[in-house]
Amino acid sequence: MTRNGPLALAFHAVFIAFILAPLIVVCLVAFTPESYLSVPTTRWSLRWFEAIWGSDFIPAFWTSVMVACLAASIALLISVPAAMATARYQFPGREALVAYFLSPLMVPHVVLGVALLRFMAEVGLTANLFGLVMGHVIIVLPFALRLVLAALTGMSRHCEWAAWSLGAPLHVVFRRITLPMILPGLAGGWLLAFIQSFDELTMTVFIASPGTTTLPVRMFLYITDNIDPMVASVSTALIVLAIVMMAVMERVYGLERLLSGKGAS
Amino acid sequence: MPYLLSAPATAVLTLFLAVPLVMVLLLSFNTFTMATGIQPGYSLVNYIEVLGDEYFHTIFGRTFLLAACVTAVSALIGAPEAYIVHRMRAPWRSLFLLVILGPLLVSVVVRTLGWAVLLGRNGMVNVVLKSLGIVESPVEFMFTFTGMTVALVHVLVPFLVLSVWTSLRRLDPAVEAAAISLGASQITVLRRIVLPQAMPGILSGCLIVFTLAASAFATPAIVGGRRLKVASMAAYDEFLNSLNWPLGAAIVVVLLVAMVAIVMVSNRVVERRFRQVFEG
Repeated sequence: MTRNGPLALAFHAVFIAFILAPLIVVCLVAFTPESYLSVPTTRWSLRWFEAIWGSDFIPAFWTSVMVACLAASIALLISVPAAMATARYQFPGREALVAYFLSPLMVPHVVLGVALLRFMAEVGLTANLFGLVMGHVIIVLPFALRLVLAALTGMSRHCEWAAWSLGAPLHVVFRRITLPMILPGLAGGWLLAFIQSFDELTMTVFIASPGTTTLPVRMFLYITDNIDPMVASVSTALIVLAIVMMAVMERVYGLERLLSGKGAS
Repeated sequence: MPYLLSAPATAVLTLFLAVPLVMVLLLSFNTFTMATGIQPGYSLVNYIEVLGDEYFHTIFGRTFLLAACVTAVSALIGAPEAYIVHRMRAPWRSLFLLVILGPLLVSVVVRTLGWAVLLGRNGMVNVVLKSLGIVESPVEFMFTFTGMTVALVHVLVPFLVLSVWTSLRRLDPAVEAAAISLGASQITVLRRIVLPQAMPGILSGCLIVFTLAASAFATPAIVGGRRLKVASMAAYDEFLNSLNWPLGAAIVVVLLVAMVAIVMVSNRVVERRFRQVFEG
């Protein structure tokens, strides 16, 4: 294969700079000693990181973690049997069912937010964590399902058949053979679901109430009000967190494989 | 058995997706007045307002113009970048793919904040432009259409790179080599071999970027502000500020229908074009 010419490499450099510039500038601004947005040149300070501790970003962070954990776990819990059904059985309506499971990908998050707001007002679930979690389950379900499905269709079934022919009942086969074999897929699915839920803003902004504000919503409301270095230091913490997550996912599942199963943000 | 296994997922989706969507559709036919609140009924008054009012024409026009601009720019810079990364050697290739796709794991709010810092009156972009002597006085990018486009391209271009990259991986390097050995120039190889095979990836990437851009909320809201409202912002304001839910529901339904229509028409056109590419 021919190599990239100097023109191509110059283009590449500009593109990478474009991708990284906003993230780097946020990290720099977070270390400013001033009380306005500026890139520190001579003096660096951690005062804005210290300021986070007393702020309401901390409870919002824990709400986000809790919602994301619950949503990812519930989504995984219901997508394993669903994936078993669609990967292992041939039955009428199978195609339609898969399309139905993946349909949340097709609905824009603002539509979902509006729909859930209306739904919860009707059934009396407003200002309720359960409603928020279920909304997130809907959003992350396709991501979890796709990875579980890939794991199930990718594994060899010979071990299952061997166990079964040796007299193991179906539930033992599932617990002792199938589950350990698809575990990397499950872990990848859970992580991807967690991140999708943790970063979700557009739907949550409609249905979050003061008691159930997630971190992205808190940050969004803060930024539309005013931008100061504190929100930059919160962002820096999130960027570091994302890098850690990337390393974990690379270890557990392979990042490229994980992301190519992605469709929407 | 399979029905039993898929029952929990089906139940959750039906209760929390299908039912709420139907409820929004019904809501959009209700009426609203400040004095009485939401009145049940079947009236087209909200649709008449959304489709007939100059104010909403501007908002929907801006929304789809923004989506089209973001898609075009993403395709113009994302597709070449995917090809360049595709041609790189082993460690660099996955490293740069990681750099490009990594930001997808960072919240949109964080990435947009970066642009808000960069594009401000005293932001980095203005400092660079001034020091290069390109502009005399600082250019206002915040609360402009250009600013929204730049920030949204940054948010969505990884999807396009990913999509093109996936289709390029199926490309057989032997075909390129064969074309060169038969005397074709680099440009000819690019135009006659690479581009036709990358086209499905480019087009499906464009579709993803377009739909996400048309319904984007956070980035237009932060960079564009109230002055340059897009459809999702308008829905947000109706639901959480004016409390005119039926009107907000109608905005959302119109947005959804318009998006689905555009996607279906472009699919149809693309399919027809493709037959010609492959047969011709």
